[in-house]
Amino acid sequence: MYEHDVIVVGAGGAGLRAAIAAHEAGADVAMVTKLHPVRSHTGAAEGGINAALREGDDWELHAYDTMKGSDYLGDAPAIETLAKDAPEDTITLEHWGMPFSREDDGTVSQRPFGGLSFPRTTYAGAETGHHLLHVLYEQVVKRGIQVYDEWFVMNLAVTDEPDPNDRTCHGVVAYDVQSGKVEGFKANNGVIIATGGPGQAFDHTTNAVSCTGDGQAMAYRAGVPLEDMEFVQFHPTTLPSTGVLISEGVRGEGGILYNEDGERFMFEHGYANNAGELASRDVVSRAELTEVNEGRGVNDEYVHLDMRHLGSERILDRLENILHLAEDFEGVDGLIEPMPVKPGQHYEMGGIETDENGKTCVDGLYAAGECACVSVHGANRLGGNALPELVVFGKRAGYHAAGKDLGEAEIETGYTDDVEDETEADLPITPGEAGIEPVSASESVATDGSGQVAGGDALLEQAVEAERERVDRLMEKESGTKHADIRSKLQDAMTRDVNVFREEEGLKRALKEIQECRELYQDVYVEDPSRTFNTDLQMTYETRNLIDVAETITLGALVRNEFRGAHWRLENQIRDDENWLKHTLISWNGGKPSIWYRPVILEGEDKTYEPKVRSY
Amino acid sequence: MSTQQQQPEEPETQESPVEGEPETESAPEPQQRRLERKRLGQAQREQAEAEAEPEETKVHLKVFRYDPEVEAKQEPRFDDYYVPYERGMTVLDALIYARDEFDSSLTFRHSCRQAICGSDAFFVNGSQHLGCKTQLSELEQPVRIEPLPHQEVVKDLVVDMDHFYDQMHSVEPYMQQEDLPDGDLEEFRQSRENREKIKMSTRCIWCGACMSSCNIAAGDNQYLGPAAINKAYRFAMDEREDEEIKEHRLRIIEQEHGVWRCQTQFSCTEVCPKDIPLTEHIQELKREAVKKNLKFW
Ligand SMILES: Cc1cc2nc3c(=O)[nH]c(=O)nc-3n(C[C@H](O)[C@H](O)[C@H](O)COP(=O)(O)OP(=O)(O)OC[C@H]3O[C@@H](n4cnc5c(N)ncnc54)[C@H](O)[C@@H]3O)c2cc1C
Ligand code: SF4
Ligand code: FES
Repeated sequence: MYEHDVIVVGAGGAGLRAAIAAHEAGADVAMVTKLHPVRSHTGAAEGGINAALREGDDWELHAYDTMKGSDYLGDAPAIETLAKDAPEDTITLEHWGMPFSREDDGTVSQRPFGGLSFPRTTYAGAETGHHLLHVLYEQVVKRGIQVYDEWFVMNLAVTDEPDPNDRTCHGVVAYDVQSGKVEGFKANNGVIIATGGPGQAFDHTTNAVSCTGDGQAMAYRAGVPLEDMEFVQFHPTTLPSTGVLISEGVRGEGGILYNEDGERFMFEHGYANNAGELASRDVVSRAELTEVNEGRGVNDEYVHLDMRHLGSERILDRLENILHLAEDFEGVDGLIEPMPVKPGQHYEMGGIETDENGKTCVDGLYAAGECACVSVHGANRLGGNALPELVVFGKRAGYHAAGKDLGEAEIETGYTDDVEDETEADLPITPGEAGIEPVSASESVATDGSGQVAGGDALLEQAVEAERERVDRLMEKESGTKHADIRSKLQDAMTRDVNVFREEEGLKRALKEIQECRELYQDVYVEDPSRTFNTDLQMTYETRNLIDVAETITLGALVRNEFRGAHWRLENQIRDDENWLKHTLISWNGGKPSIWYRPVILEGEDKTYEPKVRSY
Repeated sequence: MSTQQQQPEEPETQESPVEGEPETESAPEPQQRRLERKRLGQAQREQAEAEAEPEETKVHLKVFRYDPEVEAKQEPRFDDYYVPYERGMTVLDALIYARDEFDSSLTFRHSCRQAICGSDAFFVNGSQHLGCKTQLSELEQPVRIEPLPHQEVVKDLVVDMDHFYDQMHSVEPYMQQEDLPDGDLEEFRQSRENREKIKMSTRCIWCGACMSSCNIAAGDNQYLGPAAINKAYRFAMDEREDEEIKEHRLRIIEQEHGVWRCQTQFSCTEVCPKDIPLTEHIQELKREAVKKNLKFW
């Protein structure tokens, strides 16, 4: 068994920032990550990081844009925290050596991004995430923070009191991918989950193969609610053949979208008469698909993004990486021809419910980054707002877990009696009924009866034993269904029915298919008999996580019968503020998901954000 | 003659890019145009399909297999896979297909699929490549895929990267300027020229291809290697660090197993998937080191 004060699960932008903060606050920190830190998906981010740094801009404008972008489903305390902390946290990156693009006077450059009223997206070429990830890792090396890389976290060791609000997390169970050995990691102060998004639930995604929602699924099974999972961002400009992202920076710099007829459809078809290409992502994604559906798509599949008129000098200065991506992955030279683009899954707005300090309702359990939902993005994330989220909330979670006082949080977490409970939604299936091991949360949460075991050692040991047995079971089975087949069935269902456009019938169909995936999973087996670097085993675990997360996305989308942000419902194309200014929360309860709601907090520090029609 | 494989120049610059094309003049009605274009598109697609090689086009892969634990794989061997080819398919796509469809135990690292995570550097047809960035159409068949040479094989295409990471860490790869500008919101100023100077060196994705291609590194286990030296370059040339720190950095790279081991063979520069002019950077550091010594002796 390994033991540290703070254990950070995942070493992308959020995890690295959390580890540095916890270390600064004096804790003995370790990172446990399934990839070496520099392989994390944060490295793929291109466009930039929003922070109000310049005269004429201020955090209040940033907060306002974010609230509007969220379609009034963000919580004001979270959004204001993001906007206030982002400038300092961004400059800290600069102090650590981040090679931001520069103005003539040597200050960092900023550029316009969709949905922003001020050009506040700070960037390093079109490879901001790569630099951010590397700079943070450099600081981890500098501080000598221990990293267990290529260790896959399988489960959390959480006590099993009936009410999740009473539970405590004592550590995690992980296995060393290189040797196959399963071990416990005890956290004396706290565990911070920073495992990134679940993009692999879809088959056309900008996300890495490692983005399998592991942390979300583990927290969910341990009793922490997942919040607003139905809000999945589809990015309007991904390459059709691979899902590789063409940064919003291209449109920020003046790139233009054309349909097959050469029409600048954002204006000519009235999708966004003011902002055009720079309307927010949900608006542009729907516009593109409408063009395709109405017969104006190129090859009936995509539209064109043209940046040639920007001139090679500007392109090479600010978007050089885009040229490489278009060339390597689509065989297109962006300097002399337009690039084909279509919407692809990009970002999960929802996630593990946390407060502004990164804390969940389970004691000692924190989450930050894309896997978390402190509710800054609401129904739609603005481009350039995820990277500040990583550094702002990663840092806060790190500090808090290490015992630093950040003051009382305003956002409440966990189930209380005054939240609205709507468990009896009309569902076509009984989710969870088909079972999947573990069938219920109580099988996932280590059972120590009373939760009183001293220091949690016994609890952790028990959780380790449970995972060792599970691995043995999976590997002893000689035949069955391959995870790859289940995964692709799941991805097909999600891409077909839980995409940009959604309707009741399709969502129900997807739920049934997810259920079938659960059934198939009961027969899953690991073909590779070796304990050394067994990616077959790892992907089998990941696939189970994807099923759980996909189910919450689809359930959330089915019950939210309105149109808000990235969630578009065919039957009901109005934003219904009267009934739906509330977060969807899904908890894993006694073997099945239950759904309940919490009102959105629109009161900020000294003003209340009034929902307005969102037009660009 | 030392230097002159030039920095891969910016791609041929087209000074005046072709103007936005929308063909407008005297065009038929939009509806009509759309129909025509559709028909044209359809015809082109049909023609393309007809021209494409017969449906059964398969790519022949020969993939290195080894597993210390599994008897059948303890002796290194090559397995043959025939993967149905689709336009645009990369080496990584083919490996994923082979794993998911034929043999779940086929093991390799990969994650981003877009040349940024650095985890899928392999030895393909005799040289180092990122699997995700390498089109099958550019390769001769059978496509031979092996783990990176000069690194210990963990299993199949997975090599032990610890030595590579150790070398990277040994050059103190982090900004060391401790005197912060006044005020929390004041950044260090950096000129555009200086950013441009270090730009290529900051692109390294730690894939290890360069190290694996280097004869010197193969023979001298302690040699820092191209990637670590490039990392040192990235900081030594950054004007935000002061002279004293720069000298400290030069002392690190100038040690016995540092820059002077490099024999300008350019193999690292040739294989680097991020087009970093590694050899050039090493040469420049040699010059800096000489300058520094002249100053002191
Ligand atoms: C192509 C692309 C471009 C983007 N561009 C921008 C942009 O310009 N601006 C912006 O603000 N946002 C952007 N985003 C969004 C943003 O980059 C991501 O939301 C963010 O990087 C996620 O960071 P993270 O730290 O939460 O997770 P990740 O970087 O995904 O890291 C997850 C970590 O968790 C580890 N992990 C996962 N599961 C386990 C497990 N079971 N056990 C152990 N470890 C585990 C992984 O190894 C990894 O280290 C972009 C996203 C993509 C995909
Ligand atoms: S310098 Fe190039 S080849 Fe070497 S590790 Fe970095 S990216 Fe790979
Ligand atoms: S898969 Fe990330 S570099 Fe190839």
